[in-house]
Amino acid sequence: MDRVSLELGSGGRTMRDFIARTVLPVLGNPRLRKLLDASHLPGGMAFTTDSYVVDPIFFPGGDIGTLAVNGTVNDLIVSGAVPRFLSLAFILEEGLGWASLERVLRSIRRASRQAGVEIATGDTKVVRRGQGDKIYINTSGIGRVVARPKASSARPGDKLIATGTLGEHSLAILLARGEFGLEAKVRSDCAPLNFLLPLWKTGAIWMRDVTRGGLATILSELAAEIPDSIVLEEEAIPLSRPVRAAAGLLGIDPLYLACEGRAVLLVRQGRAGQVLSVLRKHPLGRRAAVIGAVDGRVGRPGELILRTTAGGLRLLEPLTSELLPRIC
Amino acid sequence: MCLGIPVKIVELDASGELGKVDYLGTKVQTSFALLPGVGLGDWVIVHAGFAISRLDEEEARETLALLREIVENSGEPEETAGLP
Amino acid sequence: MDLLTDKKSTFALLRKIEALARGVPSPVRVMEVCGTHTMTVHRHGLKSLLREAGIEMISGPGCPVCITPNAFHEAAIELVTGREGLILATFGDMTRVPTRRGALRTAIPAPGSSVRIVYSPEEPLALAARESGREVVFFGAGFETTIPSIALMARKARRTGLRNFAVLSALWTIPPPLRAILESGEIRLSGFLYPGHVTAVIGLAPYAFIAREFGFPGAVAGFEPADVLLGIISVLEQIRSGRPAVANTYGRVVRPEGNPAARAVMDEILDPDDSRWRGLGLIPRSGLRLKRDYADYDAVRKYGLDLAVGAEDLPGCRCGEVLRGMSEPTNCRLFGRACTPDSPRGPCMVSFEGACFVLFKYRDVAHG
Repeated sequence: MDRVSLELGSGGRTMRDFIARTVLPVLGNPRLRKLLDASHLPGGMAFTTDSYVVDPIFFPGGDIGTLAVNGTVNDLIVSGAVPRFLSLAFILEEGLGWASLERVLRSIRRASRQAGVEIATGDTKVVRRGQGDKIYINTSGIGRVVARPKASSARPGDKLIATGTLGEHSLAILLARGEFGLEAKVRSDCAPLNFLLPLWKTGAIWMRDVTRGGLATILSELAAEIPDSIVLEEEAIPLSRPVRAAAGLLGIDPLYLACEGRAVLLVRQGRAGQVLSVLRKHPLGRRAAVIGAVDGRVGRPGELILRTTAGGLRLLEPLTSELLPRIC
Repeated sequence: MCLGIPVKIVELDASGELGKVDYLGTKVQTSFALLPGVGLGDWVIVHAGFAISRLDEEEARETLALLREIVENSGEPEETAGLP
Repeated sequence: MDLLTDKKSTFALLRKIEALARGVPSPVRVMEVCGTHTMTVHRHGLKSLLREAGIEMISGPGCPVCITPNAFHEAAIELVTGREGLILATFGDMTRVPTRRGALRTAIPAPGSSVRIVYSPEEPLALAARESGREVVFFGAGFETTIPSIALMARKARRTGLRNFAVLSALWTIPPPLRAILESGEIRLSGFLYPGHVTAVIGLAPYAFIAREFGFPGAVAGFEPADVLLGIISVLEQIRSGRPAVANTYGRVVRPEGNPAARAVMDEILDPDDSRWRGLGLIPRSGLRLKRDYADYDAVRKYGLDLAVGAEDLPGCRCGEVLRGMSEPTNCRLFGRACTPDSPRGPCMVSFEGACFVLFKYRDVAHG
């Protein structure tokens, strides 16, 4: 590869290879090498950053502003930190409508209040028409550490819990782009995950928000870090009707679709029931479900395995190439 | 890619050639130019935007009955183990 | 319809398959001739369950993207890089097939030209109507499932007098390569799983020679896990009874006569043609091309393309053998190393229905 391709940004294998082979040899330090969603800093602080380039900027269930707040906030939460402060940097394309910008700002205000974070600093740059696409946002976040996630302490029997149905965000974006000629009532799941914070005290040993690359990609990364395999039960994975419909009509695999308000939790076997009942009491956790477990018998260490509805077993790979609908 | 899911015709224009099918509440535009004579409420199989076959409900019931018989005769337990 | 997908059915059907397989000479090797069957088998983890039940599944030439020789892909690249103001519309995975000239999606189009991904053959036609100042070429590959809709678009273009639309067609028919595979005798097979939706269009008659001339079993099957297993049961029953047939285990979708309207469209607009398949070579009357009346809409004639040259695969790629069922993808030295879905070296690693892609993505787990 001698040029950057779109695949590099898809959150899959290509991106991980890029970080491992290109970024870390130049910039690697012990903290960065952990490749966490947020880094824990001295003084009990956690720090994270993310850029948002979604197209279109407005979509059912949110916009680039809600995404820019929630995405960064959620990275802090799943890293064991209470979100406190955000920075906010805009890169605007010359000619962007003022009304759009104001609408995004109002979304940012609403989302940051909901997530309990303060916008503490910011920046604005404008690029010539065509050198950017309407609006790009970068947010960095600082949070107070309340827990240290520890994937490596996972042991057979530990349960994986999804906090809700998967894939609505990706699908809402695809539909908002008018692709496939599909009509469905689907809204992005974009939301802050603050309601997960108390669970760090009641049995959660690891969390990840299910973003780019989807469930299969983030759990293959978890599987690679632990001494056992992970087995997912296909029939237990919560999916909404529109996502099941898109899977059936387009052949899209929901295990690789992104969310912006869902997470997966790893909990001790004995705590799973309790965690589940806490989650289900929250409006964002009503469809929470145990979707699998760390397994000491099936497969080899480091493998992520799906027990299919049909009863077969297969390995799940991280996202490889970009999602194109299948057609022959 | 052949999608094996039967979908239901929920919209049909006057020519009978263009319309929409529904699956789990999601609608998708479909051409019926290769399947003349279909009507609203019919179940069809769609390939790359074109309906290519009508679902025969009698045959579908027979396949399910056959499967039920095979399952019953196999001695497989009614509920196989899911999550504990 | 849960019975078609749940594990109760799977295990009951596997038990039946295991019992039937015991009574026939092993190994029992069933070739599926449809990329979606390949997907069903792997995506649901059936490959190893079937192996334990005594059945070896072999993938055949069931992926249209895969069997289309590189000459077509190179011609498409030539068009979009060499001609100004041309939109080359095609299905997504077609843009990723690697050739000696690169792949369509990395090709740098001539000024005013572009590559456009479409999901249905209707889109390029609509595009041509909208973009009257540009030429639109639809690069469509497909079997009998997609062919009628592509043919329909050529007819519609001619009827509406649309002059800026043409089809670079890579249209393949399923029965001739099955004959080629049986005649070559390269590979010992026990039966075919016929593609459900191709058969929904062409009906059962085109396979009759397989049972009659070759005494070879086969069954039309659907795409849910239980459908595939029912098809395999039918093949086993034919072997045991010594009565090879063209069985239809997908009666809810497939009529014995197929889809007469779709067949009529194909007959009206297309002629059979001796065609070259990747891996299988030249097979008499195995492809279809637009009739002479449609010469203005045939990209090969319209732009004077030469599909006889540049048909070589990239060095080391064994897609050809994979497509003939001669080699498992894992026997290829490139598989999973130099050749992955991110950087494919051959079409079988590109297409969602390609045997290499499916095997890479849906790897088996050893049962423990």
